[in-house]
Formats: sequence, structure tokens, C-alpha cells
Amino acid sequence: MTSHILKSYDQELDELKTMVSQMGGLAEEQLDKAMRALHSCDFDLVDEVVASDVQLDQMERDVEQLSMTMFARRAPLADDLREIVAAIKMTTLIERMGDHAKNIGKRARDMALEGPFTVPPLLDSMANEAKMMVSNVIDAYVRRDADAAVDVWEHDEHLDSLHSAASRDILSRMMDAPETMNFMTHHLMIAKNLERIGDQATNVAELVHYAITGRELDQRNTTSAPSITDDA
Amino acid sequence: MTMATVQTPPKISAQGVNVFYGDTHAVDNVSLDLYQDEVTALIGPSGCGKSTFLRCLNRMNDTIADCRVSGQILLDDEDIYASQIDVVQLRARVGMVFQKPNPFPKSIYDNVAYGPRIHGLADTREDLDEIVAVSLEKAGLWDEVKDRLDHLGTTLSGGQQQRLCIARAIAIDPEVILMDEPCSALDPIATAKVEALIEELKGGYAIILVTHSMQQAARISQKTAFFHLGQLIEFGDTTQIFTSPTSGRTRDYITGRLV
Repeated sequence: MTSHILKSYDQELDELKTMVSQMGGLAEEQLDKAMRALHSCDFDLVDEVVASDVQLDQMERDVEQLSMTMFARRAPLADDLREIVAAIKMTTLIERMGDHAKNIGKRARDMALEGPFTVPPLLDSMANEAKMMVSNVIDAYVRRDADAAVDVWEHDEHLDSLHSAASRDILSRMMDAPETMNFMTHHLMIAKNLERIGDQATNVAELVHYAITGRELDQRNTTSAPSITDDA
Repeated sequence: MTMATVQTPPKISAQGVNVFYGDTHAVDNVSLDLYQDEVTALIGPSGCGKSTFLRCLNRMNDTIADCRVSGQILLDDEDIYASQIDVVQLRARVGMVFQKPNPFPKSIYDNVAYGPRIHGLADTREDLDEIVAVSLEKAGLWDEVKDRLDHLGTTLSGGQQQRLCIARAIAIDPEVILMDEPCSALDPIATAKVEALIEELKGGYAIILVTHSMQQAARISQKTAFFHLGQLIEFGDTTQIFTSPTSGRTRDYITGRLV
């Protein structure tokens, strides 16, 4: 795709894209820190996770502001319109990912205060999967790679399976050792947080696909060939 | 139970239209169906052939000495370039509004009454008064000029003059209205009034609008055709064209990239 005749328009779109990808990176890092805090009971890490959430909220507002300015000044159409609408919606989803990561961090602190505990391995598997989905979908967005967005979208099923397995595992541990019920309840909620992060990454993948191709990504249409027919 | 879809025939069907100005191939094999009750926007960079194509639809190009048109343009299935066609009658059925408001140097009343008079549409003065009043009402101008119908049309503001020209066009009860950048000389308020008028009129006519304003095309048309270098590159629903065009050239043009 060629550049806009107005260079400042390209600069604003680049700025928007940078802000969204930075938000994605921050959410991924926040999730990583939240899981490390869970293992290490490190309250400083929890504080960092909570602080990141405030930063994500501010970045979401910044993206909204820039998008509003671009709507008013540029009257965007076609790919530009889809790009800006997708950016606004993506930042809302990424901000929610941050909320879930923050919840995990807060639970890490609550559990640490209650006493020693072991993190079920399936929670780590879920977290790794969710982090990979977040990372890959942001890469797909930056590289404008619709196929990579489809890959992320298709991966959600795997995370859902892990969530079911983790929930069963945690419930089983709870029945085996009823005295761990508090911890296990926290673990169940963390599993749910991770599953929701995966859902949000999946929704971001749909937006990335739409922004690139102009077509909805749903059960009936998983192809990702570009809709434009005569690009150079 | 399945519902049968009734396909309305096009009001105008252009089939393989080519236009040459001397050796210059201005419109290149364009086929396009235009429907009653719809506004179709023709967009594209200057010199892309959109205005030339528009002017073919009521044979305005006949007045240009070295202009040659081939292909077919059917109005209600009748070839408008057939030898038996009365061009004056054709232009009564297919009216035109130009870029620059061009009222006659006559009174507001006479500007609107001119067409009905020469086409014999009114038997009495009362009939003519009725046509003038209804046309000005349809053009959204009646309330602004009803007390000064004897004033010169040229004394009106630019936006009022353009609506007077639209009233003049609809006074002879056309079936199709061609508009060649009708708002390019108007301020945003006058533009909004003309666009509101086009929206109201679309129920009774096929309206074909040439515009350089992407926002105007997006606001008021149901279909959009993108022309480039004389060719029709893309034609489709306006929403689809402006959100997800299928041609890279359409995308580049409407988003302000070099085509």
C-alpha cells in the first residue's frame, strides 16, 4: 500500500499503531509479572502489575483522543477507517486484559498473605498459552499479517481446553484436600482470568483480520486472502 | 416458504460505452446500470472520464464537435443514441444541474417557468403558477422566495441559486437528474441544504451525481462508481466502497494516496 499524499496522516496512523502495539506489549509484560508474582510471592512485582494497569488505562484514553482527532481532521475511509476503528476497539480489549492480569496479581498477594501454596502446573500452561496469543496477535497487527491473526483466533480452542482441564484439576485437588479450598478458589478464578485474556486476544485477532482484509473473521469465514484485487 | 426477489430493471443501462474527443479515449468501455429511487455517485480524479460519462446520459456531448460516442445507453430499454430520438425530449426526461449555479438572467418565477412553457406542460397561468410553486417547494426554496418571485434569480445567494437550478430542472418533471459537482461552489450550510434536497428527491428520480467530495458521496449516495483513466474500476454499494473497497486503486484514491 502506498503512502498518503499528506505525510502527516501517515505519521498519525503510525503513532496510533505504535500506541496500540505498546499497549499490547505492556499487557503481555503485565501478565508475565503477575504469574511471576504468583510463584515468588513478590509484592513489589504485584505493585508493578497494578501500576501497569493505571498506565494501560491512560494509554487507552490517549488512543481514543488521537482517534477522535483523526476522525475530525482526516475523515478516514476504507483501510484507514478500519484501522482507526480497530485501534479503538483493540485498546479496550487490551485494557481488559490488563484488568485480568491485575486481578491475578492481587490474588497472588492475597494468597501469599494466607500462607504457602503450590501453583497448579496447568495454570502455568494456560498462562504461557495466553501470553503467546497476546504476543502473536500484536505481532500480526504490527506486521499486518491476516494469516497470523487467523492462527491466534484458532488457538483459542486450545486455551479453552486447557481451562477445562485446569478447572477439573483444581476441583479435584479441592476435594482431595478441603483445607486448601481458599487457595483453590483463587486458582479457579485465576484460570478464569487467563481464559478471558485468551478470549480478548481472540477478539483482537478478529479486529486485526478485519482491519487488514475488510472481512469479518467468524465461523463461516476463516480465509484470510486480502480483499484488494489489484494492488501493486 | 421462500420470498421471491423482484429485480427492478435499471432506469439507465450503459453498455460498453466509449467516448473519444478526437484521438483521446476519454471513456473506455464502461458498462453501468443506474436505478430509479437511488443516488449514484461518480467519483474519480480529474480527467478520469466521470463528467464525460455523465454528459453522455443526456447527450450533452453532442454539442462538442469532435466528440464520438459508441456503445449503448438505454433509458427504459430505449437507446438514447438511436436516430429517432428527439434530443430535446430526452433532456426533458434527463435533466441536468451544473457545477456553477447558472440561473437565467430572468425572474425567479421565469427561471422555473421556462421549461414548462417551452415543453407545453401548462395550459393556463394557474397551471404554470402551480408548477412553479411545487417545483420551488420540492427544491426547498419556496419559503425563501415566495414573496419575491419577480426578483432576478441572479440576486439570490449561491446556494439559493443552485436550488433554483434544481427547481428549474424538476419543473419539467424529469425521470433522471444528472448533477455535475453541484455543491463545489457552495459553503457547508448551502451544501447541506442541497444534500438534504437530494435525499428528499431520490424517491422520485434516478439521481446521478459527480462529486470530488468523498464525504458527500458517502453521505448521500446509495451506489458509488469509481472511474480512473476513463475506465470504471469499481461499482458497488456506497458503504462497501467506503469501508472495504475491492480495488487497490479505489482504496488509494478515496484514502488520499497516489493512484
